[in-house]
Amino acid sequence: MSIIAPGTQVPSFSLAREDGSQFTEADLQGKTTVLVFYPFAFSPVCTNQLQVYTEALPEITVDGAEIYAVSTDPTFSQVAFREQLGVPIQQLSDFEPKGATAKLFGAYFEPAGMTNRAIVIVGPDGCVTWSHLADNPGEMPGVNLIIDGLAAS
Amino acid sequence: MRDLSSLPVDPVGPTDHVREGDGEPLIVYAEFSCPDCAVAAARLRERGDSVCFRHFAIAARSPRAVKLAIASEAAARQGLFWEFHDSLFADQGRLDDPHLWQRCELLGIDVDRFEADRRDPELAEVVASSATAAMRAGATGAPTFVVGGELQAQFPSGPS
Repeated sequence: MSIIAPGTQVPSFSLAREDGSQFTEADLQGKTTVLVFYPFAFSPVCTNQLQVYTEALPEITVDGAEIYAVSTDPTFSQVAFREQLGVPIQQLSDFEPKGATAKLFGAYFEPAGMTNRAIVIVGPDGCVTWSHLADNPGEMPGVNLIIDGLAAS
Repeated sequence: MRDLSSLPVDPVGPTDHVREGDGEPLIVYAEFSCPDCAVAAARLRERGDSVCFRHFAIAARSPRAVKLAIASEAAARQGLFWEFHDSLFADQGRLDDPHLWQRCELLGIDVDRFEADRRDPELAEVVASSATAAMRAGATGAPTFVVGGELQAQFPSGPS
């Protein structure tokens, strides 16, 4: 599965926000959005990932970009994870149908039935400007890559 | 605003904390409240590796991390960085201020000077700069080891 390529218009998709409302392609319009796909709430690498990205939030959002974390965990698990870590990065659930959005973005890891470790940056026009798929789900992209990706967008 | 764009790891320099041992110094990004970092430090010491310690202390990971990193820099001003480093990693259950003062007394660190230095913004900047450098190099957690210029989370197999 290939990650969605820069220059591609984002397909129609639907994810669940923390309050249960839907987050769709329409929510990407008018601003730069960083979608961080991660495998599992409460897993060690994902914990490091959200903590390190939180440290860099001022730099990630300085020009108005918004960042969301996406996994196939149900919303309640995601919220518990975020609150336990004490991090502000809003969660989007790809729980049902499982991984449907991740599959559309090329960010699903079939062998384990989970979201892969991937980052997609979408421009204000809904077009992908930068994307990254980790070599394996255990390999976490450094926050430097997001900053580089935003600069290149 | 920090620049967090990609930048390779700086080579070991004169301002680094280096413990001499076998091989070239192994650069380790770590923080003192992290249990995995304590285990790594113990293994490196047991093996006798030459080690270059760099801070990767970020508040989102641990509320104590930054404070302890600054405290270690205050100890370094009295020439006792590695003693303080070993003391913190040897007992991570006692990391509050009274415990730090106790450690100072045991190690021969002047507590009044230590307390004054902990409040020096220059030391906070040293710690913050180290975390920034770690993130620019792509560090994603602690401990992170630099082997052949590449970052890895796995404990390295042997001295370089």
